[in-house]
Amino acid sequence: MAKNVTTASFQADVLSNAKPVLVDFWAEWCGPCRQVSPILDQISAEHGDKIEIVKVNVDEEPSLAQQYGITSIPALQVFEGGQLVKAMVGAKPKFALEQDLAQWLR
Amino acid sequence: MRNVIIVGSGPAGYTAAIYTARAGLEPLLIASSVEAGGELMKTTEIENFPGFPNGLMGPELMANMQAQAERFGTEILLDDVIEVDLKGDVKVVKTGNGKTFEAKTVILATGAAYRELGLPREKELSGHGVSWCATCDGFFFREKQIAVVGGGDSAMEEAMFLSRFGSSVKLIHRRDSFKASKTMQERVMNNPKIEIIYNSAVDELLGETNLTGLKLKNTVDGSTSEIPVDGLFIAIGSDPRVWLVENQLDLTAEKFIQVEGRSSKTSLPGVFAAGDVIDPTYRQAITAAGSGCVAALDAEHYLTSH
Repeated sequence: MAKNVTTASFQADVLSNAKPVLVDFWAEWCGPCRQVSPILDQISAEHGDKIEIVKVNVDEEPSLAQQYGITSIPALQVFEGGQLVKAMVGAKPKFALEQDLAQWLR
Repeated sequence: MRNVIIVGSGPAGYTAAIYTARAGLEPLLIASSVEAGGELMKTTEIENFPGFPNGLMGPELMANMQAQAERFGTEILLDDVIEVDLKGDVKVVKTGNGKTFEAKTVILATGAAYRELGLPREKELSGHGVSWCATCDGFFFREKQIAVVGGGDSAMEEAMFLSRFGSSVKLIHRRDSFKASKTMQERVMNNPKIEIIYNSAVDELLGETNLTGLKLKNTVDGSTSEIPVDGLFIAIGSDPRVWLVENQLDLTAEKFIQVEGRSSKTSLPGVFAAGDVIDPTYRQAITAAGSGCVAALDAEHYLTSH
């Protein structure tokens, strides 16, 4: 299961992380979020050594959602060296996500 | 080799599964990995599905249909069909996770996909103010200025839902009247938060990284105007999802899968189609379910006579 990240832990867990981090902005009431969640767990299980996958609950952390300009979820954002390097919106099948994330999964 | 593979998991797909499973055909239903349950997963209250006098939520209806299909032995796979070969007696279906299945019959219930406005920057601003799903994204537009474009029931429903969140909702429509049902139109017109802008089309999306406004063009006199909005929800209908089969099956002039008369029979034997992917007219949950039943009975008949 992906780790839950809060405003308090975002710096340490995401921005200062030595590994690239995929942040999944999600909410309980969002159907597509629930469908993409197990796919992210699978990618994490297969590629956890290369990329870390964490979750931000936008209901509990509205300020983080606002800071990163989230207006649609699931929003998947990749951070590397403290910088946002890729932002994606919407649930996608595993093979499509793997293509989008290819450079971090090699 | 399987008797029947059903592609799609909306009301048509699940109804086909319920009927073929009850007939002992042990169907495999490939539901998609991230859109299982189909379009109704994005709706809120369904008030017109018979048998539920108090209404129920779209996702709940789909969970019920899934449970009913599973009760009779449907195998459900959360995977995406990426390729089919439907020509021979043995139909071949390949999925995104690398699986290949063979079956004697295939029922296509792939539904329809949301239509885009076709404006430059529409993709770029999607997720940054431009959305196709009020129930998913309305939450982010609390006390913001929202616009909805469209004139059908789904546009009305989106506008009603979004009026709970936004400071204002502007409903933009190309014509001077709606094709939505009377009930929905009345609700929208009686909602003090919703302002209707008739005879107008969205001509341009304004804003750098996030949507900040719209340029509207009057469809009668061609004049243009700009309005500030933070969110635009697009509900201008949908197109049948036929890319999987468009080179193998006959399509209608409007690009729906062509079926024979009132049946579900496509141009290839053993291949049946149901739901929104064959329906240019009605596109209701209940008509899709009825159409899924037709496909199941046609497939059953084909299997007993081949």
